[in-house]
Amino acid sequence: MSEHIMSSKLYYGIWIALMCLTVITAAVSFVDLGPFNTIVALVIATFKALLVVLFFMHVKYTSEKLTKAVIISSIFWLFILLALSLADYSTRLFS
Amino acid sequence: MSDSPIAMETHGPELRHHFSSVEQQRDAASLGMWVFLATEIMFFGGMFCAYLIYRYWYYNEFAAGSRSIDIYLGTINTAVLICSSLTVALGVRAAQMGKRKLLVFLLLVTIVFGLAFLGIKGVEWYQKYEEHHVPGNSFNVDDIIHDYPQIHIDPRHEQIFFSLYFAMTGLHALHMIIGVGIFAFLAYKAWRSAYSPKYYTPVEIGGLYWHFVDIVWIYLFPLLYLIDRKPLR
Amino acid sequence: MATAAVMAERENYLNKEYGIRSWLLTTDHKRIALLYLISITFFFFIGGFFALLIRLELLTPAGDLVQADTYNKLFTMHGQIMVFFFLIPSIPAVLGNFLVPLMIGAKDLAFPRINLLSWYLYIIAGIMMLHCIVTGGVDTGWTFYTPFSTAFSNTKVIEAGLAIFVAGFSSILTGLNFVVTIHRMRAPGMTWSRLPLFIWAHYATSIIQLLGTPVLAITLVLVVFERAFNLGIFDPTRGGDPLLFQHLFWFYSHPAVYIMILPSMGVVTEIIPCFARKRIFGYKFVAASSIGIAVLGFLVWAHHMFVAGISLYSAMIFSLLSYLVAVPSAIKVFNWTATLFKGSITFSTPMLYAFGFIGLFTMGGLTGLFLAALGIDVHVTDTYFVIAHFHYIMVGGAVMGYLAGMHYWWPKISGRMYPEWLGKFAALIVFLGFNLTFFPQFLLGYMGMPRRYWQYPPEFQVLNVLSTAGSTILAVGYVLPMIYFLWSMRYGEPAPDNPWGASGLEWTIQSPPTTFNFEETPEVTWEAYDYEHIPAPEEVPVER
Repeated sequence: MSEHIMSSKLYYGIWIALMCLTVITAAVSFVDLGPFNTIVALVIATFKALLVVLFFMHVKYTSEKLTKAVIISSIFWLFILLALSLADYSTRLFS
Repeated sequence: MSDSPIAMETHGPELRHHFSSVEQQRDAASLGMWVFLATEIMFFGGMFCAYLIYRYWYYNEFAAGSRSIDIYLGTINTAVLICSSLTVALGVRAAQMGKRKLLVFLLLVTIVFGLAFLGIKGVEWYQKYEEHHVPGNSFNVDDIIHDYPQIHIDPRHEQIFFSLYFAMTGLHALHMIIGVGIFAFLAYKAWRSAYSPKYYTPVEIGGLYWHFVDIVWIYLFPLLYLIDRKPLR
Repeated sequence: MATAAVMAERENYLNKEYGIRSWLLTTDHKRIALLYLISITFFFFIGGFFALLIRLELLTPAGDLVQADTYNKLFTMHGQIMVFFFLIPSIPAVLGNFLVPLMIGAKDLAFPRINLLSWYLYIIAGIMMLHCIVTGGVDTGWTFYTPFSTAFSNTKVIEAGLAIFVAGFSSILTGLNFVVTIHRMRAPGMTWSRLPLFIWAHYATSIIQLLGTPVLAITLVLVVFERAFNLGIFDPTRGGDPLLFQHLFWFYSHPAVYIMILPSMGVVTEIIPCFARKRIFGYKFVAASSIGIAVLGFLVWAHHMFVAGISLYSAMIFSLLSYLVAVPSAIKVFNWTATLFKGSITFSTPMLYAFGFIGLFTMGGLTGLFLAALGIDVHVTDTYFVIAHFHYIMVGGAVMGYLAGMHYWWPKISGRMYPEWLGKFAALIVFLGFNLTFFPQFLLGYMGMPRRYWQYPPEFQVLNVLSTAGSTILAVGYVLPMIYFLWSMRYGEPAPDNPWGASGLEWTIQSPPTTFNFEETPEVTWEAYDYEHIPAPEEVPVER
C-alpha cells in the first residue's frame, strides 16, 4: 500500500458520488427500460464498486502491480465459473 | 520484489522475526489480505452462479420475489454501508496521520453503522418471516401469487428465490458480524495506542476487508431488490 | 563428513525444544510440516483400510462381505479421506511447508501463525470426519451428488460436508501462505527465473487452492442448508437442478486433481536433474506449464458431466478444452525425458519413484484423453475404466511423487539416511503392487464393469482377484517406508548437508536445519540446477 495520504475532501467526494449513484439506481429501477434495467443496474453497481476499490481501497494510488493482478484474476475466475456454466444452461434444448 | 538486507536491531516490537524489514512485513500483510479477498470473491461467486442460473430459468418468480422485499430498507442499508466505508477510509487516514482519538472515534462510528445495517437486515428478515416467505415448512407465497394474476408463479420456484435471498444476505450478514468483531478489536488496540504512522497495518487490512463486504452488498442490492420494479399495469 | 557424535549434538529444529507444548504451539514451518506428516499418514491408514475392505468385497462376484449400504459407505469414505485428508494436503503441507522457505532463502513462511492455524483446522476437520465415520458414515459417494445427498440419503451428510468445509479452509490458508511467501520473501538475487521448479509447482498449486476451494465451500454450505432446512435448490421435483450442484462441485473438484498432481510434478522436476547430473531441459517451459495446468485446469470441469444432462454444445466445448489441458502435462514429460537424455543416471530410490511417476502418470494421463472423447466416454463413464484412470494419476502419479520426495528430502528433514537397499526394494514392491492392482481395472471397465457396485457378474472375477492381490502387495510396499523411516530416526546413518550433491538452497544448510534456517540471508548469484558446477557425491554409486 502506498504511503500517499489522501485528502479527506476526496473521500467525501467519493462518498457523495456513491450516495447519489445509490439513489439513482433505486430510482431508475422504477422506469421501464425493458431489458436494459438489469444492464443499467449492474453498470451502476460496477461503477460504485470501482469507486470503492480505486479510492477507498487505494488501488488507484498503489504502485503495486500485483494488487491489480490479484483483483483482475479473481474477477476473471468468477467470470469463468459464470460463463461456462451459462454455456451449458443457455444451450440446453430442454428446460 | 521485497529484498532488503538483514534487519538491523533498530525496529519496533511489531517486526516479526522472519521478516527482514517493516516494509516487507506490511507488503506481505497487504498481499495476504488481497489474496484472501480473492478467495472471498469465489466464495460468494458460487452463490452468484446459482442465483444467475435460477434467475435465468425462473425470471417471473424472481421478479415477483424481488418486489416483495422492502426497497426502502434496502436502499437505506446500502447508504448505511457506504457511510461506513467512508468512516473506514477516514479512519485509515487518521491512523496514517497518527491521530489516535480520531481513529478510535471513526472505528467506533464504523461499528455503529455496521450494527445499524445488521439491525435493519434483521427487521427485513422479520418482515419476511411474518409474511411466511421464509423457506421451510411454513413457506407460503399465496400473497405473491395473488398479486400477479396475469403471470404464472410457481411456489416451488419462488421458494428457490427466497432460499437464495436468505443464503446470500445471510452469508453477507455473517461477514458483517465478523467485520464488526474485527473493528471492535481494532478500536480497542487503537485506544491502547498500538498504532502509529509507522505501523497501522492491521487498520489498513481490516479496512480492505470492510470495503470488500461493502462491495458485495453493492452487487446484492440490485440483484435482489431491483430485479423488476416497473409499475404494474 | 562429520561424525555421528558431532551431528547428534548440533542444535537443529528438532532438538531445540522438547515437550508437547513446543510442538503443538510451534510456528516453525518445519515442525508444522512434521505435524502434518503424522496426521496425513494417520488418515492414509484409514483411507487405505477402507480400500482394503472394498477389494476384499470384490474378491467374489456376490455381495457377501458387507451389505450394499455399507459398501456405499466404504467407497464414499475411502474417496473423501484419501482426497481431502491425504492427497490434497500431502505434498504441499508436508514437503511444501518444509521446503518453500528453505528453497527461497527465507526464515519461515510469511504467516507462521496462520500456518499453525491451517494445521489445527485440518485436525478439527479430521476429528469431525472421524466422528462422522464412527457414528454411521456417509454413503453418497465422495461426490455428494444431489438430490440423493440432500433429500434421500439417511446418513451423516451434513457432518461430512461440514468436515470437508473446514478442511477446505485449511487448504486455502496454506495456499495463501505460499503465494505471499513466494512473492515477498525471496532472498536477494532469487529472481523468478532462478526459483526451483518445485516452487513454481507449489505456486501454481496454491493458485488453484485459493480460487477453487471457496466454490467447494459454498457448495457444501448449500447442500447442508438444503438438507437442514429442506430447501429445494437442487431438488428437481421442486424446480431445482441437480446439475447445478455438479457444476459447482466439479468447478473445484476438477482443479483439485491438479492440486494433487502439480506438487508431485514439482518433486520429480527436482529429482531428475539431480540424479541425471544435468540441468533441467527447458526451465521456462516447465515453469510455464505449471501455470498453464493451473489455468487450463479450471476450464474443463464439465467433462465429469458428459452423460449427466449438460447440453451437447457445452459438452463439445469442454471436451476440446480437456484435450488442451493435456498439453502442458505432456510438455513436462518431454522435458523430463530430454533432461535424462545423455545424463549420468543414478538409480537411487528417489529416482526409481520418479521413473515410476513418469511412466504411470503418462498412462493415466493418456487414458484421460480416452475419457475426454465424448464417444468413448459414453461407453466407459462410471465404469472401472475411470477408476483405473484416476488411480494411475493419483496413486501411480501423486503418491509416487510424494514417496519420491519423502525419500529425497528425508536426510534434510530428519538428519538421517534411510537404508538405500530397502528403499529400492520397497519402490519395486510399490510399482509391482500398483500395476497389479490397477491395470486389470482398465480391462474391467472397458469390458463394462460399473463402479460403485458391490456385486458383479461372474465373468469379471479373475481380474478382480488379480486386483485385490495387487492391493495387498501395494499395502506392503507402503508400510515398508513407514517402518524404515521411523527406524532411521534412531539408527540411520547421520546425513551430511548434501548427500545427493543436489542444487538448491536447502542443501546448503545443515541436516536437519536450525530453527531459523539460515544464519545469514543468502545472496543468490547462480541459476537453478547448476549441475555443471556441483560435483556428484562419491557415496552415491553411479550406475549406468
